[in-house]
Amino acid sequence: MPFDPLENLRDHYDVVVIGGGLGGMTAANALARAGRSVLLAEQHFKLGGLATWFRRRGGHVFDVALHGFPVGMIKSCRRYWSREIADSIVQLKDIRFDNPMFSLSTTFDRQDFTRLLIERFQVPAASVDAFFDAARNMNFYDDQSFTAGQLFEKFFPGRADIVRLLMEPITYANGSTLEDPALTYGIVFSNFMSKGVYTFQGGTDQLIKLMGRELQKSGVDVRTRCSVEKVHVDRGRVRAVTLGGKQVETKAAVSNANLLGTIFHLVGREYWDCQFVEQAEAVRLNNSSTQVYMGLKPGMLIDESQCGDLLFSSTAPEFRTGLLLSRNITSRTFSFYYPKTRPGFDRCAVVASTNANYDDWNKLPKREYEAAKQHLIEDTLNSLERYVPDIRERLDFVEAATPLTFERYTKHLGGSSFGTKFEGLAVSRAMPEQIGGLYHAGSVGIIMSGWLGAVNYGVIVANDVDAYLMKS
Amino acid sequence: MTAAEIRDAILDILHDIAPDEDLSNLKDEVPFREQLELDSMDFLDIVMELRKRYRIQIPEEEYTELSSMSSTVRYLEPRMKGI
Ligand SMILES: Cc1cc2nc3c(=O)[nH]c(=O)nc-3n(C[C@H](O)[C@H](O)[C@H](O)COP(=O)(O)OP(=O)(O)OC[C@H]3O[C@@H](n4cnc5c(N)ncnc54)[C@H](O)[C@@H]3O)c2cc1C
Repeated sequence: MPFDPLENLRDHYDVVVIGGGLGGMTAANALARAGRSVLLAEQHFKLGGLATWFRRRGGHVFDVALHGFPVGMIKSCRRYWSREIADSIVQLKDIRFDNPMFSLSTTFDRQDFTRLLIERFQVPAASVDAFFDAARNMNFYDDQSFTAGQLFEKFFPGRADIVRLLMEPITYANGSTLEDPALTYGIVFSNFMSKGVYTFQGGTDQLIKLMGRELQKSGVDVRTRCSVEKVHVDRGRVRAVTLGGKQVETKAAVSNANLLGTIFHLVGREYWDCQFVEQAEAVRLNNSSTQVYMGLKPGMLIDESQCGDLLFSSTAPEFRTGLLLSRNITSRTFSFYYPKTRPGFDRCAVVASTNANYDDWNKLPKREYEAAKQHLIEDTLNSLERYVPDIRERLDFVEAATPLTFERYTKHLGGSSFGTKFEGLAVSRAMPEQIGGLYHAGSVGIIMSGWLGAVNYGVIVANDVDAYLMKS
Repeated sequence: MTAAEIRDAILDILHDIAPDEDLSNLKDEVPFREQLELDSMDFLDIVMELRKRYRIQIPEEEYTELSSMSSTVRYLEPRMKGI
């Protein structure tokens, strides 16, 4: 019998969730726990979206987006998932920077950053405190025209080195730049600074497996390999969705798919008013990424004290966020995965990431594309050699991913790694005002991206959907 | 529900949301945020739990009514009369 992802599908659900990324899964789980009948449809063969992993010959496992997230994830997992999931979240204590301006190691929290700024960067304690307080007190309603660059200039005028320390990790975490609103910087930076950087012990595969189990327990009808092709709107309200050629009635739909893909492809331009379409068209997608995955031979372990957990490495004399997207960039982050990531496993792996422009990769003819990938791998190995001198001898497997890879697996337009710029959040929130019962819960607006942002946004949207269903 | 019953119901919800907090000394007139480590997601959870348990609908503009125990009880009393 061929596998049929639509077997025993019901004719009707209270909610269809389109996409099984962290935002979609969390919304689905919260709605099912609130007593709603929920169908979760994911086009890929596994759940997780960008929170994903893959296996390769020789027993290698690579995590794609497990470089680290803020401590808030513990509470959100405990509340909206399970204690077992929350209890597997552990701190990464050795975050390193190595660039021509400075080399240092930090626990990446307010206390340690305060120490560094005072002792190494010679800033008066009062300025440091004032900066941290300003960042922490920022919120969603603040003036959007005040940029992150201006924030730094206000507290640390002329200090390009401090800007690099404060901004570089956040640029990697969500693609934001010095021109983005200070409030998006303040919110994300403060989330990290509250207690440092955390990871999921057991790996992404374990996390998604546990979440899958919780979804079953909550009664969510989970379907993978099941692409939603259309959301049907009737008299200004969601009526049904089509998946795998079959129509299923539903009172509400939550799209975890790309914001613009949802508006223009899943629904269609003609269902929105012109002003909204204009607003949506003006939303800028965030950048994409490249990654190089390096699997070491069994038993060939890297000494933790040699490289730390997360290393922001660059040979560029200056830090400029725009330059980080270039294909010739020498700035990258290395995530080192030791056996402690997956207790019982005897492997080390290193994942190198850069931010990237989709168009730099999309326009290449096939041969050049393959050559560019090889070039990326060589550059990365050369760079890693500075920290792990015999990396080439220890290496058992290497592979690269480009913006095209991210696009293929998640259907994100432009292979966008972190959703949209800030303006995307207002568009995402306004969708249900345009079409009753239609919601978006996925990375948008910088502050609602990343693992924590996606999970929390899933809950916020689930609350709206539940209220809508109670009224209708 | 009476005011006292509503207070108990809220305490029950707070217990679930913030299992590590000691609620025995909670001061009703003082904002929750000044005594407990509650963030905006926690307030959202209170709203969701009220809807789930008592089918009480609180519009987003009125979330601020839930700032302290006494303001919450005052706000909910007329809305939970029939429960
Ligand atoms: C290289 C990289 C590294 C990252 N590192 C980190 C990190 O260290 N820490 C961190 O916090 N964040 C990190 N992020 C960001 C984080 O992973 C994402 O912000 C988050 O996982 C996004 O979740 P989401 O809910 O928006 O959905 P996504 O993960 O975008 O998932 C959307 C899902 O919808 C599915 N879908 C799309 N269209 C359809 C359709 N029509 N029908 C059915 N299904 C559909 C897709 O297949 C996908 O599974 C990283 C991202 C990238 C790309």
